[in-house]
Amino acid sequence: MKNQKALQDQLREKAKELLSKKAVDLIIGLGEGTLPLRTTPIFIRNPEEADRLIWNSFCANNLAAYLHKFNRFKVGLVVKGCDARSVNALSLEKRFQANSVFLIGVPCQRMVDRKKVKKAVKGEILRADEQEDQIIVEGDDFKVSLKRDDFLYPSCQVCTHRTPIQANVMVGDPVEESSLSEAYTEAGDFEKKSSEERWNYFERESGRCIRCYACREACPMCYCIECFVDSSKPKWIEKGLSPSDLQFYHIVRAYHQTGRCTGCGACERACPMEIRLTYLTQKLNQEVEERFGFEAGVDRETPPPLSTFETDDKQEFIK
Amino acid sequence: MKLKLDKKEIVPFLQSLINDYDLYAPVQPAEGVSVYKKIDRPEEVDLTMLNPQKPMKEVFFPQSEVMFRYEKTGKQSQITSAEEVKRERVIFGAKPCDIQAVLLIDQVFSGKEYTDVYYVNKRKATTIIGMGCDHPLSTCFCSSMEGGPFSREGSDLFLIDLGEAYLVELLTGKGTAFQNNKFLKEANTKEINSAKEIEEKASKKTDDSLSVVGIEKRLDQMAENPFWEQVQEKCIGCRVCTYLCPTCHCFDIVDEGLKDSGQRVRNWDSCLSSIYSQETSGHNPRPTGRERTRQRLMHKFNYFPKNFDRIACVGCGRCILYCPVNFDIRQAIKDIQKG
Repeated sequence: MKNQKALQDQLREKAKELLSKKAVDLIIGLGEGTLPLRTTPIFIRNPEEADRLIWNSFCANNLAAYLHKFNRFKVGLVVKGCDARSVNALSLEKRFQANSVFLIGVPCQRMVDRKKVKKAVKGEILRADEQEDQIIVEGDDFKVSLKRDDFLYPSCQVCTHRTPIQANVMVGDPVEESSLSEAYTEAGDFEKKSSEERWNYFERESGRCIRCYACREACPMCYCIECFVDSSKPKWIEKGLSPSDLQFYHIVRAYHQTGRCTGCGACERACPMEIRLTYLTQKLNQEVEERFGFEAGVDRETPPPLSTFETDDKQEFIK
Repeated sequence: MKLKLDKKEIVPFLQSLINDYDLYAPVQPAEGVSVYKKIDRPEEVDLTMLNPQKPMKEVFFPQSEVMFRYEKTGKQSQITSAEEVKRERVIFGAKPCDIQAVLLIDQVFSGKEYTDVYYVNKRKATTIIGMGCDHPLSTCFCSSMEGGPFSREGSDLFLIDLGEAYLVELLTGKGTAFQNNKFLKEANTKEINSAKEIEEKASKKTDDSLSVVGIEKRLDQMAENPFWEQVQEKCIGCRVCTYLCPTCHCFDIVDEGLKDSGQRVRNWDSCLSSIYSQETSGHNPRPTGRERTRQRLMHKFNYFPKNFDRIACVGCGRCILYCPVNFDIRQAIKDIQKG
């Protein structure tokens, strides 16, 4: 996409400028990956390195997850819509000092789901490129052109905040906000199933979890110093693979995200076992939005509903 | 003598294995996701993915394994060990990299110093039917790691996919036990030659250019090198690379106890986890990603070769394929080698 090339050039210029002025200690962005359909997080400290920054349809990682690791530095963070929502949500939870993060916002064209693309072709993809609205993938004995918008991440399809909010500086123009499918689609589809189907689905998805915690580590909002699964005193959960322990982990993780999950999809993207449970957080977010009119990562002032209380709170949900 | 197994007879062949053994083979619990599992019906076996996400080590060293159970009734208490393997086992369709990896961890679990009965009992009771890897991926570098897509080492029987049939080689005593299996027929010259061609083609495909010569010595000098700080920057500290690694073998033992009964369980553990090295006092000698990533790479390329004279990486490429942030061990090796 031409537009993306232009955004990439501007992004590099901006990064150069910030590093030259020493406005930030380092910039966290995305650079060329070692695999097709991928980029990789990079950490640059010199203006000369700014040309390593990349902007394309494979910039899938949510870089806000690195703010915890780099909290001793003034970080220039390259953010798309969802990364910025995470930063905003973290800021509401007072996870970093004001002015310690400088957001370089890039309006997002929605990202391409590499796993979906891989499944669409037979054989190993050795090269991938984008042209206009097409993704061109090549292997040893094939070259296929795929329509980009048919291969987007589920979280990107429902996204209505692609332009980063509260960015300190924007690269490119804001994009028109609209979603490709209705909000809370996954939760809605799930609710239409019978209770037996719902249980079977949950059992099947959670049942192949290997407890690598990639979902937790990729999530900017999972920052507890000691996660409940790691606590041994008290021991909330065993460490093995019994179905009840796996289910417990996924339910508690989702509940802990109530009204905090910004719907970026990083958990799902990180999962090596392709577990799909984002309907859980989506449903919880829907409840929070309906009851409190709060959308995680978008609201800039209100404290997250489940982290605060009012004396005139409605208590009906406890009944 | 070389034999062949007609693919039309694969279902009855697998059924005969199920009748005589506990059969383990790759299955797909979801599209694009594959694991080794004990097979109940031949139709479950699915070899469409080159290599399952979870490696074959799991058959001998399960991710979560009961060691013994205990129970208290009145003043009596009883302990029941779970170390016995009641039935012979067969693994079907394991790839050479995974088999090579099991030969490596054999040295840990049944080495000179220790014998781990849980591992060794399963290992002894198992026949491995390996399978040539005819479509290695671009992330495969077994040929750089003393292996190869058609390495027979560790296989009792070895299969090569000819399209309509598998060429079958019986390589060990356990393999020869299959000599009179009614589903195995004599292979003709054409089939034998065709297998050779497939092998040559695949062997050319895997990367053999990644040099690990001298890496152990280099790492001896690198404990405090700034390299560790830099290489780990993007690591988010999940356990994907270690759990999906066919040679990683760290575990953690816990008691899952109720009031009057319980079990001792060992679970895979990962050096990239923040609590892996945490001590009871709260002190953590590996407090950051720097020390944890260093441990991961040092164990593979320095400590393991010091103990067992072999690098603890077989080049299967899983850690590259499934890393959420595209940490590429090949790049790390190259950087270490550059000094």
